[in-house]
Amino acid sequence: MNPQQLQVGLAQMDCTLGDRQANLERHQRWVEKARQAGVQLLVFPELSLTGYFLKDLVPEIAITLEGPQMKEILGLSKDLDLVVSAVIEEPDHRYFNASLYLSNGELAHLHRKVYLPTYGMFDEQRYLAPGDRFRSFKTPFGRAGILICEDIWHLSSAYILSLEGVDLIICPSASPGRGVTTDERLGTAESYNLVCRTYAQFLTTFFLYCNRVGYEDGANFWGGSMVIAPNGDIVAQEEDADEALVTATLELGEVRRQRLANPLLRDERVELTINELRRVWHERTRKPY
Amino acid sequence: MSSAGSGMSEPASPTEPIFQPLAINGPLVRQILVRFLQNEVRKVGFEKVVLGLSGGVDSSLVATLAAEALGASNVRALIMPYRGSDPKSRRDALQVAGQLGIDYLEVDISPQIDAYFSRFADADQKRRGNKMARERMSILYDQSWAWRALVLGTSNKTELLLGYGTIYGDLASAINPLGDLYKTQVWQLADVVGVPTDIVKKAPSADLWAGQTDEVELGFQYRVVDQLLYHLIDRRYTVAEVEQLGFQRAFIEDVLRRVRDNQYKRRLPVIAKLSSRTIDRDFRYPRDWGH
Repeated sequence: MNPQQLQVGLAQMDCTLGDRQANLERHQRWVEKARQAGVQLLVFPELSLTGYFLKDLVPEIAITLEGPQMKEILGLSKDLDLVVSAVIEEPDHRYFNASLYLSNGELAHLHRKVYLPTYGMFDEQRYLAPGDRFRSFKTPFGRAGILICEDIWHLSSAYILSLEGVDLIICPSASPGRGVTTDERLGTAESYNLVCRTYAQFLTTFFLYCNRVGYEDGANFWGGSMVIAPNGDIVAQEEDADEALVTATLELGEVRRQRLANPLLRDERVELTINELRRVWHERTRKPY
Repeated sequence: MSSAGSGMSEPASPTEPIFQPLAINGPLVRQILVRFLQNEVRKVGFEKVVLGLSGGVDSSLVATLAAEALGASNVRALIMPYRGSDPKSRRDALQVAGQLGIDYLEVDISPQIDAYFSRFADADQKRRGNKMARERMSILYDQSWAWRALVLGTSNKTELLLGYGTIYGDLASAINPLGDLYKTQVWQLADVVGVPTDIVKKAPSADLWAGQTDEVELGFQYRVVDQLLYHLIDRRYTVAEVEQLGFQRAFIEDVLRRVRDNQYKRRLPVIAKLSSRTIDRDFRYPRDWGH
């Protein structure tokens, strides 16, 4: 293994809505495919073990970190690191839309989706509890952070991870396609491309975006999974809504080189930002009504 | 143009020019809808579909998409004229079925309709039209069972919003690929997938009685009402804002009233709430549960 390179894979896959066993079997097949392709880090989409528009299925399909299903999932990460996504039930019976980083058969990190979209076609807060933190974590390939789908639509989430010094942001997603015009792609695809590339370039990090394909209750998931380099270039993408293993070799030294050429992170005025945010918050909250 | 008058300039052709915000990338929409049919039909254990083929643009488009998605041999069209129907509708339907190479079955619904209304001779046209729509639905669902096929719906977004359809008649289906496309977008897509131009260009009609056309019955043109609906529904413009665009107040209010008054057609029947978990209110599962 060349420590300067990382072979990543994005499992742009369909899911079976509300059938955990069927989805676990899907994961097994994708892990095997990725293993054969030499992938060292494989990312699955948001709620890959359950499907997305779960509604009242949330408590029925949730797993606990201590439960027997967790052992099976951990077992998938013996040969390669994985990011899998599931509904996690906490001991206090709150349910979270979560992504798990698994390495060597162990849970290395867990991110609970903070921003639960509850507008338009989305209804997550009706069923799920929001996470309360953005934290980075160490991987064999550098420092990483996870943001789940809607999390990336809030600038502060990626900004916080950036200040923690991440080399890699991983974004599992279940984004339904919408916005048909005469453009070549759906409006959603255009937006995500813009956001993901902007983050990679502004924060000088690698960015892995893994979206689903397939349909749930008529909503189509548009795929478009992409690997983006710290200069904002898309180095691999499956633009179509087909199942595909998107792979790329990351030159990990690119992060250092990009930050030398473009020292945005070095010049970031964190304390100024904190002071200004504190002032804004104070002004917003001191109003009598 | 009717007295409901939109205040917009009079178009030369009913289908053109295309209002730009409603212009679509036809090949992209075609791909999404073809895959939608493949996915939503097959994952629930079916291979085949049936649909009513009237010879109009909506059902011709759905038949074309279905043949592409599932293969011509998995699509059965029911051609169900009444004796008062325009013979050209039947000819157009046969042309589409022939062009696609799909299986079709003709069922003349006149005997059952006439038998029923012999007891209610004073029934008006609308009542008869609704009965015909439900007769056709009944036949489609019977064929669905006999042929182990799902019933495809052909109602477009304009019709669904305006309530221009018969509840439990043409509004009944298992899967509807066109429900999020306005009529003007249906025309564009029909053109892209190769529905005969003659069918795309002809005046839309439910063909419930001789000489009926949608636009005369509704009192406005699809291409005009689609622009209004686009602003009101998709863009959430206020009444004052669409008035500023040039739509007349009476027209706006007529359309909004239709949208509101027909909400019931777009929902399940109202259930009297008694328990703590009532179907569709606090018992909420996805339709694709387990698939």
